[in-house]
Amino acid sequence: MLELITFSIINGVLYGMLLFMLSSGLTLIFSMMGVLNFAHASFYMLGAYFAYQISTFIGFWPALFLAPLGVAVLGALVERYGLRHVHKHGHVAELLFTFGLVYVIEELVHMIWGRMPVDYRIPDALNFTLFTLFNTSFPAYRGFMLLVALVMFASIYLILRKTRIGMIVQASLSYPEMVGALGHNVPRVFMGVFAFGTGLAGLAGVIAGNYFITEPGMAWAMGPIVFVVVVFGGLGSLPGALIGSLIIGIVQTVSVAMPYSLADALRAFGVELTREAALADLWFLELSRVAPILPYLLLVLMLIFRPRGLMGTRES
Amino acid sequence: MKQQFVNNAASSVPRVRFGSWGGYLPWIIAIIVVAVLPLILKSSHSVSMLSQMGIAIVFALSYNMLLGQGGMLSFGHAVYFGLGGFFAIHALNMVGDGRLSIPLELIPLVGALGGLLFAIPFGWVSTKRSGTSFAMISLGLGELVAASSLMFTGFFGGEGGISGNRVTDITLLPYSYGPAIEVYYLIAAWAVISAALMYLLTQTPLGRMANAVRDNPERAEFVGYNPRLVRFFQFSLAGLFAGVAGGLYAISYELLTAENLGAVASGTVLLATFIGGVGYFFGPILGAMLITYLQTTLSTFSEAWILYFGLIFVFIVMFAPQGLAGIIMLHRPAWKAGLMSRLLPSYALAVIPVLLFLGGVVALIEMGYHFRTNYDPSEPMGLFGMKVVVTQVMPWIVAVAVTLVGAVLCRLSFRRINAAWADVDAILAGEKR
Repeated sequence: MLELITFSIINGVLYGMLLFMLSSGLTLIFSMMGVLNFAHASFYMLGAYFAYQISTFIGFWPALFLAPLGVAVLGALVERYGLRHVHKHGHVAELLFTFGLVYVIEELVHMIWGRMPVDYRIPDALNFTLFTLFNTSFPAYRGFMLLVALVMFASIYLILRKTRIGMIVQASLSYPEMVGALGHNVPRVFMGVFAFGTGLAGLAGVIAGNYFITEPGMAWAMGPIVFVVVVFGGLGSLPGALIGSLIIGIVQTVSVAMPYSLADALRAFGVELTREAALADLWFLELSRVAPILPYLLLVLMLIFRPRGLMGTRES
Repeated sequence: MKQQFVNNAASSVPRVRFGSWGGYLPWIIAIIVVAVLPLILKSSHSVSMLSQMGIAIVFALSYNMLLGQGGMLSFGHAVYFGLGGFFAIHALNMVGDGRLSIPLELIPLVGALGGLLFAIPFGWVSTKRSGTSFAMISLGLGELVAASSLMFTGFFGGEGGISGNRVTDITLLPYSYGPAIEVYYLIAAWAVISAALMYLLTQTPLGRMANAVRDNPERAEFVGYNPRLVRFFQFSLAGLFAGVAGGLYAISYELLTAENLGAVASGTVLLATFIGGVGYFFGPILGAMLITYLQTTLSTFSEAWILYFGLIFVFIVMFAPQGLAGIIMLHRPAWKAGLMSRLLPSYALAVIPVLLFLGGVVALIEMGYHFRTNYDPSEPMGLFGMKVVVTQVMPWIVAVAVTLVGAVLCRLSFRRINAAWADVDAILAGEKR
């Protein structure tokens, strides 16, 4: 039991950090431009595919740097030639534009890499057991993922807080007109932020694509969860995105490992239920099977009781 | 931020109008067309496509009650369609067992009830917010229901779904509704009735206030209406009509699966409605017909149809946010003033460049798919009546060249169109004769 809980929490933190790599970019883009980038998880998928393609030519380590760069360039192009034109039609139009992009990117991936999963593997250098705890081994690649996520978190924090670029970005967040009046090219700042955010999603794809599976469905599988995280943590708040990612990651991973149902809970209080009881489906539903809906349940509850999210500063 | 969003929404979505030249005329024409079409398009394929269109039209119109009339962008509208459908198919099965006695013609009402039943609590939760938050709640609720549908196998039937049989012996009219054509007329009747009811709803105080709340919730509140309640009523009624569409789906396909209430179905209705045009009542009808046509026809001879679908959508969002209906209605003043003759020559000039450009893009996409998905890419493929071998370099060079030439010519010819429009606008404004 202790073993199960420990490893569930470690894996939950890992999954949470992965979610954070996606949600941080999404939050940055949203708080800067007011755009909820629906296609964010599609850029994550592109990161994985780019890394696969590059690693077949020159190996994993160059891909770790080149693939996110490629995704960021693509993001910049999308902003420059797509989003910027839609901007004048309002935020709903921007949301719809990125929504359409999800379809286009998914189909382009079908076209270029086919519908089957591609063989994108963990590099041999990281394919060993880091340590063994309670008879369960902990692969080194998970440690590497955690490391990348932490380095990324630290660098975002330092860039935003300590550099001149970070200061301009933060200023454009609150007073875009004033920043423009001071001579900064606000559209270019926007483009940079969009590219940076999508690049982060690409990086997440590079390190998650070989840990999970690289296939065309991975964007749809990840996309809604990232939205849940961002809204749950509070739109536009980076610390909120971190806390939200960790909570959702841990909740989902831990609950998957719990084969208990409401009937089991009632049994502890001396109430015995049979399969014939009314609403038996509900009583005998195991927590592990409810796991996929828990994030959405949390989201809906959060929006009902605290619409601005955990650490959010604005209502909508 | 909020204010900006509201203003933008107001300027980008005009008041809902029915694009008509006389009150009842479009309705009469629509009814005649609906009644006569299956006599012209007799094949079983086209009859089933027409039935599908009828269902899609009701669904898209109900979606536009949210997006176009209420300003609510929902990513989870298929929930009410699917739940309505599941209610209807269970009712159908109960009628079959003799546990219930509802004539088949009224089964869509069961669907409506199912849609409404869930739209009330979900709408109560989600209409608290508007704008982006509303969109996110709808996404969360949609995913919640879609994921639960695989858990509660008793009601949703798990992966295989729930199947039924529409031939129940209990009917109002002397038809068995076994043949597809009888089902078509049933769907057509329900589609016309639902469309008429939804149109009448736009004329009621509720419909008007939904527009007001969409454009400026603060002012609507000053007038004495609670914006949230207006959104809630609009949302519940949209759920009801989505349920009707779901009930019709249950009758037509006799099978409902978890896919019917999932994210893909919700996305499709959003795309269809927006491509058709959210600002006009007939926009979603156009969109639903076009998308159904693409789905049924294009998907049989091109694997890339979803890509075309997505590209059309992105194009519409970028360049024609009023959709197809908006493009059509843009010409109405010019048509009325008899100025179309000034526009048409420039349009005629643009036809060939546009065809070249589209042809080039389509060729590139189709060749790409053939290259990737075919077992043997060097096998020749048919393209615009030609045989093309995609493993050679020449077809690619030609396709790229055609696309680029088309793009350049498009740019030039669109300049002429813009000039013609500037001319027409000046005359309409009375600045020029």
